[in-house]
Amino acid sequence: MNPTVSFILITLLKIVGIVFLVILPMVSYAVYAERKVSALIQDRLGPNRVGPAGLFQPIADAMKFLLKEDFTPAHVNKLYYWLAPCLAMVPAITTIAVVPFGSTLFGVPMVIADINVGVLFVFAIASLGVYGIVIAGWASNSKYPFLGAVRSSSQMISYELSLGLAVVPIFLLIGNLRLTEVVQYQIDHGWMILPFAGNWKNPVGWLLAVPMWISFGVFAIAVFAETNRLPFDLPEAETELVGGYHTEYSSMKFALFFLGEYAAMITGSAIIVTLFLGGWHFPGVPDGSRGWIFGLINIFVFFAKIAALLFVFMWIRFTLPRFRYDQLMRLGWVFFFEIALVNIFLAAAIIGFVDR
Amino acid sequence: MAITVPRPKLTWSERLYLPAIAAGMAITLRHLKDMLLGRTRVTMQYPEQKWDAQLPEHYRGAPALVKDEAGRIRCVACQLCEFICPPRAIKIEPGEIPAKDRFSKVEKYPREFDIDMIRCIFCGMCEEVCPEQAIFLRKDYAITGLTRAEMVHNKEKLLEIGGVIHGVVLKWNEKK
Amino acid sequence: MPSFLFWLFAIVMLVFGALVVINRNPIASALSLVICFLGLSALFMSLDAFFIGIIQVLVYAGAVMVLFLFIIMLLDLRAEERRKMNWVAFVGGFLVAFSLLVQILAVIGSTRMAKQAFPPLASEHVDDVRNVGLVLFGNYNLPFQVIAVLILVATIGVIVLSKRRLR
Ligand code: SF4
Ligand code: SF4
Repeated sequence: MNPTVSFILITLLKIVGIVFLVILPMVSYAVYAERKVSALIQDRLGPNRVGPAGLFQPIADAMKFLLKEDFTPAHVNKLYYWLAPCLAMVPAITTIAVVPFGSTLFGVPMVIADINVGVLFVFAIASLGVYGIVIAGWASNSKYPFLGAVRSSSQMISYELSLGLAVVPIFLLIGNLRLTEVVQYQIDHGWMILPFAGNWKNPVGWLLAVPMWISFGVFAIAVFAETNRLPFDLPEAETELVGGYHTEYSSMKFALFFLGEYAAMITGSAIIVTLFLGGWHFPGVPDGSRGWIFGLINIFVFFAKIAALLFVFMWIRFTLPRFRYDQLMRLGWVFFFEIALVNIFLAAAIIGFVDR
Repeated sequence: MAITVPRPKLTWSERLYLPAIAAGMAITLRHLKDMLLGRTRVTMQYPEQKWDAQLPEHYRGAPALVKDEAGRIRCVACQLCEFICPPRAIKIEPGEIPAKDRFSKVEKYPREFDIDMIRCIFCGMCEEVCPEQAIFLRKDYAITGLTRAEMVHNKEKLLEIGGVIHGVVLKWNEKK
Repeated sequence: MPSFLFWLFAIVMLVFGALVVINRNPIASALSLVICFLGLSALFMSLDAFFIGIIQVLVYAGAVMVLFLFIIMLLDLRAEERRKMNWVAFVGGFLVAFSLLVQILAVIGSTRMAKQAFPPLASEHVDDVRNVGLVLFGNYNLPFQVIAVLILVATIGVIVLSKRRLR
């Protein structure tokens, strides 16, 4: 077969496989998991009617969303009102293109587009995610969505800075922006949050752990802010803004916002896993070149790590109260921004002066 | 007089919030663990398990007409309840009791007696106002229907819910 | 790159670039500009300049335009939409743009480069991040630092100005 054609075919196969077979079911089951975890934390039972332990609840939800009346209010700006939900969903899923979600399967690398500026691509696409919310708020032509949109744009811009700065130490250490290289480095030298692993006697590894942990903390918190999750869910604070930017939306358009938030959570977790938690690597498990079963296990490990992080997302959501808006801004600009900056100096000093 | 609430002076570790966050996370995790292990049991599986046995005597469920011990419908169609009902849920069509009837003294009886359960707010005003103690709020709470018409309780339905209540009967009895 | 992709993105850029000017609604203009940027970044990427392409999206589409939108949303849009066309300005602007286009074409046409095909890139994958970094911090280190100081001064200036208004 023509190499171009087979390349396109394999890429398409990967896109379809990862988006439709993994990400989208994961999104709908993340909603189920969220309901279940929140219920258990609050001493309730959660969905348990549809199917065993409520496992078919997402299907019922989807039916409900599809069958509901798709209502377009008369006062909205039609074109942008329709555009916004798509813009909310697309960036969240596009980001997954550069994330290596497995080693190799039958010799095919398990990453859709292995570009040399992987992490910048992630940030660029994630920064486009704000358009969906802003346009939704503006097109709705009503005050609560508008307030939500204004809040979200300022919040996202503020936390993008910390997000970008927090990963700099990693790339100082690795010297490459390609995400597959990041994973490979972590396989060789221990995960980013455990830079001392494998070489326990070496004090440099322990020293490096300090900036890495700070990076990890700041990055994870900034991801929370970027995905509008509690305690940073000011754009849709239902107690203050009714529903925030999606107040005027109903039916499937609302569902797209809703699922977009979960898709963003999943891709955010995927990035955290790739950058800090070793990607698809699990100690002792060889990569896919030793047989397809290991390739599958690698993919499974990657998504298991994501699932664990999603649980932390939910756990935090149902523990912490929401910030006040000024606190949020102060936290972003006065604390995390500075911490991330100082952290870069720290990491640069350690990497520069202490030979590994 | 203005009350000044002194703000507590937070220590350094309290201002960092991290210990408080960790403590909160530990609490929620404990709840999750207890639920998973089945140690906490607070939810009742409603349609399968019901709480009906524990309903208190004064429970205000669906309003219903009652019969007295002699099997007579107590209502005398005075229409006081229709008048008092805040959401106008009750509609009564009185009928006349003919003069030669044994109960001609009662004069009126309800030919039709409808309560629209979509409107009823379970306030109990009808029970309170009724001079004959003919209408009571019973313990039925799961009033459902697929159409609006189904949600209107007619006389038969009301009597079926109401059942028999013993107690003072005024107008239907012979004058002492 | 297949040339139809080049034409596709070039046309997207031109159409939305024109829409920026034509649209009476400032938000629509701003969004057209965003799409224009996306087309531009796609063109960069098609030249294997991933870094520049991504930075184009990250900085312009992701940050600058969001701030623009943020400001525009707070303005009164109705006034702008109602304003009548100023034909003198329209024709004047068109003439200026047209003469600029003629000038650019003339200048490009007279250079030697325009008359020959570019030699293909030396290697398939250029490590553009590293090259940009080396050039920026090697050959152009001093201008780079000067610009950094300039931006710092500008930032401080903005803060001072805005705070003085408050007082
Ligand atoms: S309970 Fe209240 S609302 Fe219901 S029928 Fe009686 S008076 Fe009317
Ligand atoms: S107040 Fe009592 S007696 Fe009078 S109409 Fe109502 S139910 Fe019948």
